[in-house]
Amino acid sequence: MNPELPFFPEAASTVAGDVDVLFITWSVISAFFTLLIAGLIVYFMARYRRRHPEEVGARERTALWLEVAWSVIPLLITLVMFVWGTRVYFKIYRPPADAIEYTAVGKQWMWKLQHPEGQREINTLHIPVGQPIKLKLTSEDVIHSFFVPAFRVKQDAVPGRYTSVWFEATKPGVYHLFCAEYCGGEHSRMVGSVIAMEPQRYEEWLAGGAGGKSMVASGAELFQQLACDTCHRAADNTGRLVRGPALDGVYGSEVQLASGGTAVADDNYLRESILNPNAKIVAGWQPVMPTFQGQVSEEQLTQLIAYVRSLGAGEGTAAAGGTGGPSHGPLDSAGGQIDSPAPQTAGPAKPEQQ
Amino acid sequence: MASLADTHTPGAHGHSSLQHQFDTMEQQKESSTLGMWVFLVTEIMFFGGLFLAYVAYRTRYPEAFAAASHTLDVTMGAVNTAVLICSSLTMALAIWCAQTNRRKGIVLFLLLTILLGAVFLGVKAVEYADKFEHHHVPGASFQFHTEGGHTGAEDPNLAQHTQLFFSLYFVMTGLHATHMIIGIAILGFLAFYAWRGRYDREYHNPLEMTGLYWHFVDIVWIFLFPLLYLLGAHAS
Amino acid sequence: MNTHAAAEPLVTPGPETAFERPNYLNAAYGLRSWLLTRDHKRIGILYLISISVFFAIGSLFAFLMRLELLTPEGDLVQPDTYNRLFTMHGVTMVFFFLIPSIPAVLGNFLVPLMIGARDLAFPKLNLASWYVYNLGAIFTLWAIVNGGVDTGWTFYTPFSTSFSNTHVVSTALGVFITGFSSIFTGLNFIVTIHRMRAPGMTWFRLPLFIWSHYATSVIIVLGTPVIAITILMVAAERLLHLGIFDPKLGGDPILFQHLFWFYSHPAVYIMILPAMGVISELVAAFARKPIFGYKFVAFASMAIAVLGFLVWGHHMFVSGQSIYAGTVFSILSMLVAIPSAVKVFNWTATLYEGSISYQTPMLYALGFIGLFTLGGLTGVMLATLGIDVHVHDTYFIVAHFHYIMVGGAIMAYLGGMHYWWPKISGRLYPGFLSKLSALLVFVGFNLTFFPQFILGYLGMPRRYWAYPPEFQVLNVLSTAGASILGVGFALPLFYFIWSMRYGKRSGDNPWGAVGLEWDTTSPPPTENFYTMPVVTHGPYEYNREEVHNRMTEEKTLG
Repeated sequence: MNPELPFFPEAASTVAGDVDVLFITWSVISAFFTLLIAGLIVYFMARYRRRHPEEVGARERTALWLEVAWSVIPLLITLVMFVWGTRVYFKIYRPPADAIEYTAVGKQWMWKLQHPEGQREINTLHIPVGQPIKLKLTSEDVIHSFFVPAFRVKQDAVPGRYTSVWFEATKPGVYHLFCAEYCGGEHSRMVGSVIAMEPQRYEEWLAGGAGGKSMVASGAELFQQLACDTCHRAADNTGRLVRGPALDGVYGSEVQLASGGTAVADDNYLRESILNPNAKIVAGWQPVMPTFQGQVSEEQLTQLIAYVRSLGAGEGTAAAGGTGGPSHGPLDSAGGQIDSPAPQTAGPAKPEQQ
Repeated sequence: MASLADTHTPGAHGHSSLQHQFDTMEQQKESSTLGMWVFLVTEIMFFGGLFLAYVAYRTRYPEAFAAASHTLDVTMGAVNTAVLICSSLTMALAIWCAQTNRRKGIVLFLLLTILLGAVFLGVKAVEYADKFEHHHVPGASFQFHTEGGHTGAEDPNLAQHTQLFFSLYFVMTGLHATHMIIGIAILGFLAFYAWRGRYDREYHNPLEMTGLYWHFVDIVWIFLFPLLYLLGAHAS
Repeated sequence: MNTHAAAEPLVTPGPETAFERPNYLNAAYGLRSWLLTRDHKRIGILYLISISVFFAIGSLFAFLMRLELLTPEGDLVQPDTYNRLFTMHGVTMVFFFLIPSIPAVLGNFLVPLMIGARDLAFPKLNLASWYVYNLGAIFTLWAIVNGGVDTGWTFYTPFSTSFSNTHVVSTALGVFITGFSSIFTGLNFIVTIHRMRAPGMTWFRLPLFIWSHYATSVIIVLGTPVIAITILMVAAERLLHLGIFDPKLGGDPILFQHLFWFYSHPAVYIMILPAMGVISELVAAFARKPIFGYKFVAFASMAIAVLGFLVWGHHMFVSGQSIYAGTVFSILSMLVAIPSAVKVFNWTATLYEGSISYQTPMLYALGFIGLFTLGGLTGVMLATLGIDVHVHDTYFIVAHFHYIMVGGAIMAYLGGMHYWWPKISGRLYPGFLSKLSALLVFVGFNLTFFPQFILGYLGMPRRYWAYPPEFQVLNVLSTAGASILGVGFALPLFYFIWSMRYGKRSGDNPWGAVGLEWDTTSPPPTENFYTMPVVTHGPYEYNREEVHNRMTEEKTLG
């Protein structure tokens, strides 16, 4: 709770203030109209109370101007609030270009969080203050929802696809993390904290922790273990055994498909290619890739995708729209930094990509 | 509905079938007809949810849907379509017989409609049995063989998505068949009452309303047939 | 203050007048005469009994929930039990109480009376709808008795299809079957209102209660079949493993949400439109004045029905649907609020220069207007995208819909029951006690649900059995309010039943109200009218002479 204002939540992110102003404005408008109506009712009740059992009210009157007025004025108010609210909404769901990507996987009944540097946490997320962070979300089982009241952000984690949300903490503190979509037995206990720290302290925490392998390194290891490199060339290939399209530079590029359309090689595309390779065959290649459904976990999938991304990002922009949180930052086409914003599109086989 | 199961002596009609809440037979007839149309609107919305699910998945998995549709027997489907259209014709003729006081004709055409409906269900039963044989019924024993001879086990994702097609196939045609069975049962009652002389030029509203229902069930099939059977028709 | 004057007719009916004349209550005795009745008035009472049972069951679940929420730790029941409690509370209240309530009880009783007909268009279908309701109820009760369901009343997949270990199918089937009861009622009303109006009763002479029920019926027939088929698909997925919504089988959980909310949003208009119809009648009768802007109110009902079908995605702003879809649903949701606002302003304007009585029904009506305004405005706040992201799935939402459903719909239902009770039973209930109940409901309700707005903005998620300790104070306030509210709800049950035996006889028109239903005896004869009415003027024409006559005359046999 906000120490300064009782019954008002703490505001700890860059969008929280915008949300609060919007909310307070609407609350004031609502209070005004409610009190207006209530006041009129009480006043009329007293002023026009029945004084005789057979008394009747005045005759019927119509007033078109009044009807128009009280239709148009509320309409104008709601239109203004609509535009304002939508702008805040777009701000909530469009991460800035320099957002660092973390991953959150919801499962009954815990949050599994992964830092780009490889650090893993359960139910707790340490983040640096002042850094935009984009959280890629998915679920292993049922629908969950990642909710941090102090940041005023929320996004459902849906099984079978990726969604995303972003935030930038403005002050250090420990903030509630709740699961906000009912998910069964221990839904109320699927809670934790987001711990925002000064950047210096965050680095110290990272270093002091049992930092695991970075996502890219884990992904590279998996790439070998699962024998992906027997068909897909790695950046330094020898040129033999070419049975699959090259992956260096593929991330973010537009891929020509055998079916005639194109697709953008974003996270969802890569995920689908691993789990359901025959859904989209690249033009000029045979459908010989086996599926890895059941052989890789959600976390391993994100590691593999991080690895492929590290092989270099391509040109081309992602289609807009799709699941909550498409980002519109420009792609960094000068070679894949991990912090390039990931163009976010819809679930696995949406036709928008074609 | 107001007039279907009204209790009055066979052979008598006109005012004795006027229900107490109505002022005239005209009002009763109009009310029944409006009621049946409103009911058909609910049926459109009922099937509509399934059509929506179908459209959503077909757009998402066009190859799987085409492959699955290809396994359906277009000939049987076409025959069934023709059978249903004929049954709508016989239904309309039954009503014409009522309008022209042909008691025996009513019975004949109602029985023909029932017969054609039964033929439709018979063909569907054959198709369903065929699905069981080929393991195309969704569930634990589902298997789908693609062109190249790979079974469902080796290529689980295509099979999964064809399973979606078959799930929708069974629910949609099953729901349609249920409606046909109910329709046939009602037609049976009508044929009995018609034989007892209940319907004539002045009063045959139950026939008209059942006719509306029957035509609706027919039209649903006319949408189902291309969506389910003709997808894979030009798949290479 | 003349609180008693209007309740006592100026002529006390003697034994040979109102009561011992043939009416629909004494026309036949015995269980068979009730269970096989085709009389819409008796069917309305049958429904009254059924939905009251379910209201009691749903309230019990709510009370247990609020008891658990007194403390931050879960210490009263297991989390599994709590999950079943809130699910069953939602299912029973939404499908078995709120959706039928006003249409099936008051609508069934009053629609033919108000339009001057002898009965509904399809009396047998009407009786069938009550039996279908009970059949659905049996399935659901069976599920409750055998451990309940824990999916939430919203049945989101894949939890409901692949993960829940509870009686999802039987509950779902119960709701499916009861849906047909709703459809039959809606169909009956549409045909009746179109075809069975008395001579002279043009569309714009219809009482606004009828307009509301007509709009409601349109929503019912268009929307209910969609949830029916959705439920069927969920049941099919659970029973037959047809993977329609399961991502592991290629299905889409968001598709379920679209299908579910396509009905369940219009469903809330099914719940509130009849309530608004009641309020129009109450305000007109107890201000003895025509409703201001009659045509605007009538058209507003139709506008709500149409627009209500276009906004379902506002339940899905954070679900993963595209933000552009969110934008479209947001603006449409704002638009649908405007007709409701128009109604509120028109009701308030009706009071101006009226002759306002403080009888119990009016207290409920005025309470409705205030609470519905607040609840509705919070709804527009929720339509505002930037706010909804923060408060979706929190207690803010819970507070919002309870303001509309309880502060709105249930208060209107109670107001209507208090207004038409003399018409239904021929009896009056105690004035002081009924006003006290209304006050308890109003105070208890606000104490229960206003703190929940604050809890929601603070971030307390809904469907939580245990919560962080800083939320406790507001939860305790809420539970205290619930206790008061419970007393307020229980009292009418007792004094209505008491009044059937010991209540003062009401006379035919104790309120001096205008309307075809008041042009016949209280209680009415089975055929509704001794002579079928012919309508020559609009619905709310009050003048002194009329009122005097209405309050003094006893209806004699025609």
